[in-house]
Amino acid sequence: MNWQALLDALAGPGHDVQVEDEVLRGTLRFDGQDLAVIGTTDHAPIGVARALAQARAVLDTVRDHPGRPILLLVDTQGQQLRRRDEMLGIHRAMAHLGKAVDLARRRGHRIVGLVYDQALSGGFLTSGLMADVCDALPEAEIRVMRLPAMARVTKLPEERLAELSRDNPVFAPGVDNYVAMGGVRALWSPQNLAAGLRAALAASGQPDRRALDGAERGGRKLAAEVMQRVRSAA
Amino acid sequence: MSLPLSFAECTARERVAALLDPGSFHEWLPPAERVMSPHLAVLGVPPAFDDGIVIGRGRLDGQPVFLAAQEGGFLGGGVGEVHGAKLAGLLQRAAAERPQAVLLLAESGGVRLHEANAGLIAVAEVMRALLDCRAAGVPVIVLIGGSNGCFGGMGLVAHCADHLLISELGRHAMSGPEVIEASHGVDEFDARDRALVWRTTGGKHRWLSGDCDALLDDDVAAFRTAAIERLGRSRPVTLAALEAEHALLAERLHLAPEADWPGDGSEPVAFWTALGVPEAARVPDLDAAALRPLRARTLEGAPQ
Repeated sequence: MNWQALLDALAGPGHDVQVEDEVLRGTLRFDGQDLAVIGTTDHAPIGVARALAQARAVLDTVRDHPGRPILLLVDTQGQQLRRRDEMLGIHRAMAHLGKAVDLARRRGHRIVGLVYDQALSGGFLTSGLMADVCDALPEAEIRVMRLPAMARVTKLPEERLAELSRDNPVFAPGVDNYVAMGGVRALWSPQNLAAGLRAALAASGQPDRRALDGAERGGRKLAAEVMQRVRSAA
Repeated sequence: MSLPLSFAECTARERVAALLDPGSFHEWLPPAERVMSPHLAVLGVPPAFDDGIVIGRGRLDGQPVFLAAQEGGFLGGGVGEVHGAKLAGLLQRAAAERPQAVLLLAESGGVRLHEANAGLIAVAEVMRALLDCRAAGVPVIVLIGGSNGCFGGMGLVAHCADHLLISELGRHAMSGPEVIEASHGVDEFDARDRALVWRTTGGKHRWLSGDCDALLDDDVAAFRTAAIERLGRSRPVTLAALEAEHALLAERLHLAPEADWPGDGSEPVAFWTALGVPEAARVPDLDAAALRPLRARTLEGAPQ
């Protein structure tokens, strides 16, 4: 689904979201309150400039509109794979975005992430995955890295990885696997997107419960138990 | 004076033993408990009894600290489900028990691709837990000096910390050169050009760019001294601190405009010159001691 159709379905004419250099920014009127909309589109690679543009929007929201909920719209092919961005400290710029989102949370902004198209690794970590809750549309795609690059890094045969990516939930791309592992809280029904957003806002503002969700849903059985063991170890 | 003990050449366990006060380390979920990754067998990869990370508490200069050390020799220090949960659990515990610092000896390629989805979520949980620690006033000190560097999701985690210490043999970045070369070709980034890799990701470059708080010799004792200096020194994440960080990053972006990028490997020297480093062409030949005074004063104490 494209972002215009998504926002039209949520707010009709009640939004002023604009796109500049594949970065989305604006305000959405929903259930009688304003939400800040911040994100990316067209599978944008996230480099230093796009990380800073999103961080600017988050910091402006914190400064000018205390408490206004934030909707982070995720559509990215991952971090920008360029030497210039590495030299300029892409990791620092992306971490800055993540810290800005975290600051907003601590100052009382409810933060909902939504993967409405595609999410990959680095571009996803410091936006949607830093939200209070991260949701997705059923047809969205979530993955860490494409298989040829994965085969090169792990030195495992690409055919074996392709085989695994069909049915192994900790490895295979796909929103259902992320739901089972607790990384995605819920999927929104395309027939009732407003209900999805309403539920996400209601669930936000709570401590991180992704490991608990992963255990309860059976997709990530060890994380919550290991964290608990560390917290209580003699 | 005893001979320096190379941080880069030590294993994670050797680093822990040499860094902390002698005999003070107490490990949680040690190898004897065999808390291992359940996801590697299907790939024919042997697991490790500690899943590649050592966690626990100890003392540094007599002060109570928590510590985590990633083992680069096991799957490049990659973060899997168990590895990440051990680290997140340690940070959660630190936020509650408030030691004088959490030391994170980061050596990692980032998300462990063998269990990619679980690893990605785990890194997100680590970032949340780390920032909870900072909010509780417990400083997190990251130490980078292993031969595998600190990349990907752990590269992000490191920049969420209060303090960042790196040795001249350390590397800190997002994507590895091999991944960039595989994606955009050898003309974009020649991963075999080691000098270019160092000028783009190495400790000296990070120091001159203001990306770290200290540039250290490759010596565990140097890391110990630098960590002791930062015990109990928390840097709160405030709107003002993030505005200062934003201004710095935005200004830096304009020092290397995309439209003026030669792509021939000369860019780092030009960038250091623009940052105010005198005779920047000499930088690759200088050791850490000679390089330390060359960072522009405007970058000192830059917020992380």
